[in-house]
Amino acid sequence: MISAAFDYVSARSVDEAVSALTEHGDDAKLLAGGHSLIPLMKLRLASPSVLVDVGRLRDLSYVRDTGDEIAIGALTRYRDLEINDRLQADLPIVAHVAGLIGDPQVRHRGTIGGSLAHGDAASDMPAVVLALDGTLVARGPRGERTIPAAEFFCGFLETALAPDEMLTEIRLPKATGAGWSYQKFRRRALDWAIVGVAAVRNGRTGVALVNMGSTPIRASAVERALASGSSIADAARLAADGTEPPSDLNADPEYRRHLAEVLVRRALEEADGAVTAQR
Amino acid sequence: MTTTEIPAADGKGLVKIGQPLLRREDEPILRGEARFTDDVPIPGALYMEVLRSSHAHARIRSIDTDAARTSPGVVAVYTGADLAGEWVGQIPVLIAPDPAPLLAPRWGPIATDKVNYVGEPVAVVVAETRARAADALEAIVVDYDVLPAVVSPEDACTDRVVIHDELGTNKAYTWEVVITPESVDAAFADAAYTVKQRHIQQRCLPAPMETRAVCAVPDPMGGGGFTLYSSTQMAHLLRTLLAMTVGVPEQKLRVIAPNVGGGFGSKLQTYPEESLCLALARRLKRPVRWVEDRSECGVAMIHGRGQVQDIELAADSDGKITAVRVHLLGDLGAHCKLFTPGIPVIGGPFYHGCYDVPAFAITITSVYTNLPPTDAYRGAGRPEATYAIERAVDGLAAEMNMDPAEIRRRNFIPPFENGHQTVCMVPFDSGNYEPALDQALELAGYEQLRKEQADRRASGSTKHLGVGIASYVEVCGYAPSRMMAAGGGKFSLWGTSVVRFLPTGKIVVTTGSHPHGQGHETSWAQIVSDRLGVPYEDVEVLHSDTAIAPYGVLTGGSRSLSVEGAALSVTCDKVIAKAKTLAAHLLEAAEGDLEFNDGSFNVKGTPSRALPITGLAHTAAFDAHLLPEGMEPNLSAETTWDPPNFTFPFGTHIAVVEVDEETGAVALVKFVAVDDCGNQLNPVIVEGQVHGGLVQGIGQALFELAAYDDDGNPLSPTLADYLVPSAAEVPSFTLGSTVTPSPSNPLGTKGVGESGAIGSAPAVINAVVDALAPLGVTNVIMPASPMTVWRTIQAARAAAPNAKENGR
Repeated sequence: MISAAFDYVSARSVDEAVSALTEHGDDAKLLAGGHSLIPLMKLRLASPSVLVDVGRLRDLSYVRDTGDEIAIGALTRYRDLEINDRLQADLPIVAHVAGLIGDPQVRHRGTIGGSLAHGDAASDMPAVVLALDGTLVARGPRGERTIPAAEFFCGFLETALAPDEMLTEIRLPKATGAGWSYQKFRRRALDWAIVGVAAVRNGRTGVALVNMGSTPIRASAVERALASGSSIADAARLAADGTEPPSDLNADPEYRRHLAEVLVRRALEEADGAVTAQR
Repeated sequence: MTTTEIPAADGKGLVKIGQPLLRREDEPILRGEARFTDDVPIPGALYMEVLRSSHAHARIRSIDTDAARTSPGVVAVYTGADLAGEWVGQIPVLIAPDPAPLLAPRWGPIATDKVNYVGEPVAVVVAETRARAADALEAIVVDYDVLPAVVSPEDACTDRVVIHDELGTNKAYTWEVVITPESVDAAFADAAYTVKQRHIQQRCLPAPMETRAVCAVPDPMGGGGFTLYSSTQMAHLLRTLLAMTVGVPEQKLRVIAPNVGGGFGSKLQTYPEESLCLALARRLKRPVRWVEDRSECGVAMIHGRGQVQDIELAADSDGKITAVRVHLLGDLGAHCKLFTPGIPVIGGPFYHGCYDVPAFAITITSVYTNLPPTDAYRGAGRPEATYAIERAVDGLAAEMNMDPAEIRRRNFIPPFENGHQTVCMVPFDSGNYEPALDQALELAGYEQLRKEQADRRASGSTKHLGVGIASYVEVCGYAPSRMMAAGGGKFSLWGTSVVRFLPTGKIVVTTGSHPHGQGHETSWAQIVSDRLGVPYEDVEVLHSDTAIAPYGVLTGGSRSLSVEGAALSVTCDKVIAKAKTLAAHLLEAAEGDLEFNDGSFNVKGTPSRALPITGLAHTAAFDAHLLPEGMEPNLSAETTWDPPNFTFPFGTHIAVVEVDEETGAVALVKFVAVDDCGNQLNPVIVEGQVHGGLVQGIGQALFELAAYDDDGNPLSPTLADYLVPSAAEVPSFTLGSTVTPSPSNPLGTKGVGESGAIGSAPAVINAVVDALAPLGVTNVIMPASPMTVWRTIQAARAAAPNAKENGR
């Protein structure tokens, strides 16, 4: 649990971070809350030669109302999302899920941008951003670009970010009054989801799955079935369609597929119930 | 009880035995001020890192350490062959399956030609910093000739692969206790009901909060001796064993266990790293320290449990158990550590539980596997025994369609105050099992729960309610030397204590116990304050340093209070007796006319002429000319106490679970524990011990598994994969107690360190099986993870598609 030696750069601005990434290329990693990267380094599963610390860029910690969307700074910590009034009103699923991640120590250090950029299929936030059809904003040496969430997660711990790009903002369409549910199935409160489901019913229905493949994924078959008028139970049967769920001590692929079906059904029922209850 | 309302001492600063007290040792620990082994500052210390085998079974062809030797900051790199000359003896086995012969392999602190489990040390690096040592470790190249691994004890039995060539078999021993074999056979032949079950006691990681740490320091004064700091449960025994194996003369070795952050039996051991640090400090003439990584802890520390249990019950038509027959297969792991072969044997005589069983037979076969050694882990043999019998008794209740509380009631050993010889000739001290069951049923609201369960089942809900009962009796107070020897003990463990009155009337107690979370500093001061009538705050308790404390063998097996604490009580009596002689002399009265209350002697009926014991202590120290002829100065005493018998705590636990049929998830919604640990010294500590034990047993039942693949590779060495439950995973516990004093010691106490871990796992699994009984489920293996439960439900459905919804 001792990491290999590395150089440390503390970035004072996004530009400084990007130029450090440009200089060191693949050997460099951005350090935000550190809750994904540091454990990998301590186990020597990751040995970056340069750490570019962006954790002090406080100007990237915000939740802003931009009209139809909420813009969240990439370095906003989970705890700040959990207790944010704007989110609780317009995107309650984001505040709720932030409060389910890890334990209080993790939530006070970990950042939404760090989680998304890490691209772990077992993390909660990527599925929420997928279900909401969010947009991610990245800054690189050639300037800023936006990436739809649906195109962001490319492979196992791999995202659309180039090695010299930094995720700076997450834009999420408001879902005020929408039905939503997050089903996190896990054995202990602080664990990752064995399977998780994020569902938002806001005119269209977005459903995304946690830990059902090598990347965070949309339950596209479910979404299509609902769009064409299927019942919740029928749509839920398609939850695992096209997935290649992983196998570990907690669950083999067969059990994960079963869980996905049960949890998608429960998520959709709860999302409907929430809408009904509000009316 | 609300701990915030716990009163402290009375107006005179006195506390009484039985009074709830917060633990005096907690504040520095909670503030982060307490120092643990790795916190002890040692100038000039070198850091050791250990390269461990990455194969479960392999011959070492060669080890290339050249690159590591030239790595920056490295002082030395050693292989097992390099260090072969450092060892003068092998670590002995301290509990053997007497009189069965034990086949035990040779092993040393570091492998030389062969590795037998993933995690076995193969080389060490010593460097100026820990990071440098860790870097150099990666540069060592070991060439292995990989051999097939033996991972399951069943496979070990076949001797398909023999792990230790010199033994010619994987079987370590077969140990049998058969009480009149013809009666066992006859009971099964005549039985109205029989039950036959197989249970798996999965391997568990002890996972103490503080991993192990060691630091060996050559005597800075040049005396040729060493001080060894270690996170151990047995400072003195460690010193003896290191002297015997590393060859440092015992008197030249001082062992200190600073604050120790939990052990659960895992630190009741002599580990390779202790031998290595000491030998390397001797060789390099510099302090050498090592601290265990969290992920290293899962492979370098002993494992708990590891048994396959086949149990059979025979019963008559009234549900009276007429015989118990058990075949036990013990997974010892790669070799024997201190108590390894003894753990299944300790549990052996407890497979009839707290029931009056006329015929009994147990056969234990233990085998070597290519996994880390198993050894003592909270309960050590008794949780396993309790699990098997309590699952089997529930099986009998189900077979007879009888309430599981009633079947227990019909079979309990009747109450006894002063001895009951069990069918295995074990002399139980005192017991009264039914009131504990009654209280537990009452606290659980048992009748109401059964009504709710019936309603739930009638409603067709997929959330099934289950209620599980487990009654237990176990053994604590490890000491009585004659009985230990008769039971296969190869050493004796008595209790020691010294009470020294200082001239100012304050007291220093030194004790042989080695607390690592049990609160002995509080409890021992409480005993002294009560017995001697001196202020609680005036009593200092010193321990866990061989240069300070009297020889104390170990802290484990819930023995401290009923052996070491009892020794302290005996010592207090000696101090009072001497003080009384002195008081009588000074008061010019007959000793028989004196009474002793709240720390003062007075002539009966004349309370105004009182001599406080603190004043007598001053007189005995500084006015020794006033002492009666022949009396030694100073008011001090010491005791080495060998009790007449063990103690046998008991109780009943009840778990209430809700099982989600769709996902297999088990929610523990209520847990009731009624434990009888004899007289309670401090109810706060009793509750704390029960809480911790319950979580550990619940952990085994629902969460914990030291998983291995078929090649013997660990799948759960980190705490991300090895699921230790936290407060969030358990309900608020409902605790009760009954008090049946033990006649085995002057305090009447029995021990409570392990009870929680003994009754809880079978209660939880009984509840899960009870919940799923309408679906045709009759057993669920531990840990009852959601996937395991879901698969069990699927299998039961497949086996009996029309399973009747008939309750239990």
